[in-house]
Amino acid sequence: MAVETAPAKTTTGQKLHRIHVVVNGAAHDVDVEPRTLLVHFLRENLGMTGTHIGCDTTSCGACTVLLNGRAVKSCTLFAVQVDQASIATVEGLEKDGKLHPIQEGFHQEHGLQCGFCTPGMMMTAVGFLATNPAPTELQIREAISGNLCRCTGYVNIVKSIDYAARKLREPAEGKAPDVR
Amino acid sequence: MIPASFEYEVATDVAHAIQLLASSGGEAKVLAGGQSLIPLMKFRLAQPASLIDITRIAGLSGIRENGELQIGALIREADLEKNAIIRQRYPIIADTAAVVADPLVRNMATIGGNLAHADPANDHPATMLALRASVVAQGSKGERVIPIDDFFLDTFTTALRPDEILVEIRVPKPAARSGGAYLKLERKVGDFAIVGVAAVVRLDESGKIAAASIGLTNVGLTAIRARNAEEKLRGQAPDDKALAAAGAAAAAESQPVSDLRGPAEYKRDVVRVLTQRAIRKAVARAKGGN
Repeated sequence: MAVETAPAKTTTGQKLHRIHVVVNGAAHDVDVEPRTLLVHFLRENLGMTGTHIGCDTTSCGACTVLLNGRAVKSCTLFAVQVDQASIATVEGLEKDGKLHPIQEGFHQEHGLQCGFCTPGMMMTAVGFLATNPAPTELQIREAISGNLCRCTGYVNIVKSIDYAARKLREPAEGKAPDVR
Repeated sequence: MIPASFEYEVATDVAHAIQLLASSGGEAKVLAGGQSLIPLMKFRLAQPASLIDITRIAGLSGIRENGELQIGALIREADLEKNAIIRQRYPIIADTAAVVADPLVRNMATIGGNLAHADPANDHPATMLALRASVVAQGSKGERVIPIDDFFLDTFTTALRPDEILVEIRVPKPAARSGGAYLKLERKVGDFAIVGVAAVVRLDESGKIAAASIGLTNVGLTAIRARNAEEKLRGQAPDDKALAAAGAAAAAESQPVSDLRGPAEYKRDVVRVLTQRAIRKAVARAKGGN
């Protein structure tokens, strides 16, 4: 006869929840307190500190990750809500030592200065470009309107995302994007 | 910021959600997109004993026209904004969804939450007032349809009973020669409205305004209707004079307070201006324009 085990609890008696979540393609089964925010889960439980905590008030977008492909603010989401979901963070962009086109864009177009907003900007851009592969400048600006940057004035960020859009549209590999 | 501890329960269907709500003794909160609730919990302005996650309930995020428009409470703002029926037939709702917070928040936030949270600064309440919508509530005593005029009782307070959840929003089919528009002035993208105005007009065959309804965002304890402005428009040609009278009436019946978004006097003037612009756009749409 199977023995029913009591659900895991914290020292204060809070019941823990076992969540199954795939982060950048790797599955994790972790016990979390319901009040654990997704951003804390990523940074503290999984040790993935690429996702930043900026304002912590749903304003700045530094904590942006993809939830089943859609860009969301991970400071305004509980880890228990993403049970069975797929999460993409900045750590998953580079593949086999090769930068993702959005990373290459930020490099080529000087899309960052202090870099604090960059992971969130890039994740927003990746989610956006998946739905709009050939955006106008205005559409790019609208797409990043939930992400704050206090250094660049946004001009080079917009250029970086445009670079990535063009690169992602290229059929062949290794070809440089069109010069505007 | 870390919220206070709470229990977390996933509702498998509407009946389960109602049962969890009913057994919580009023200590539970319903979690949908969480884009208003979670910030409140992080500030510890809300400390519910438990959260009932309704987002795994199937069948609450559809949009269909079935005599009237039926919007599932769980549809995300981003999906609402892009929906073909909404864009073609109810552009005022697309106007509204497109200016809720920012694109990242709109990927999570739901229309049901925007209404049930009853923040006078939220955008959908004014639009739903102007559209003469109703909301469908389900609770342990069954289902009831609540006219939107009876739904917002006070700031953060609705007519929903403690064991009821909002499952659907119903909007009457647009009449011939009708149109609507929502305009919002905000300090910066993602902010709540300084003022928002939703206007819906129906023209008669001669092009005069047969009926108008106007909802105002963030200039009262709840979203409010500008009934005097509506009255001023009835039977009038939609010319500058009629619009000016309606704008002045709406400004007079708005109830703004001075806060970080500006002094009350300024907001009242914004009501005056935006009301005229929203009516003008609604009239243009009623005539088949954009």
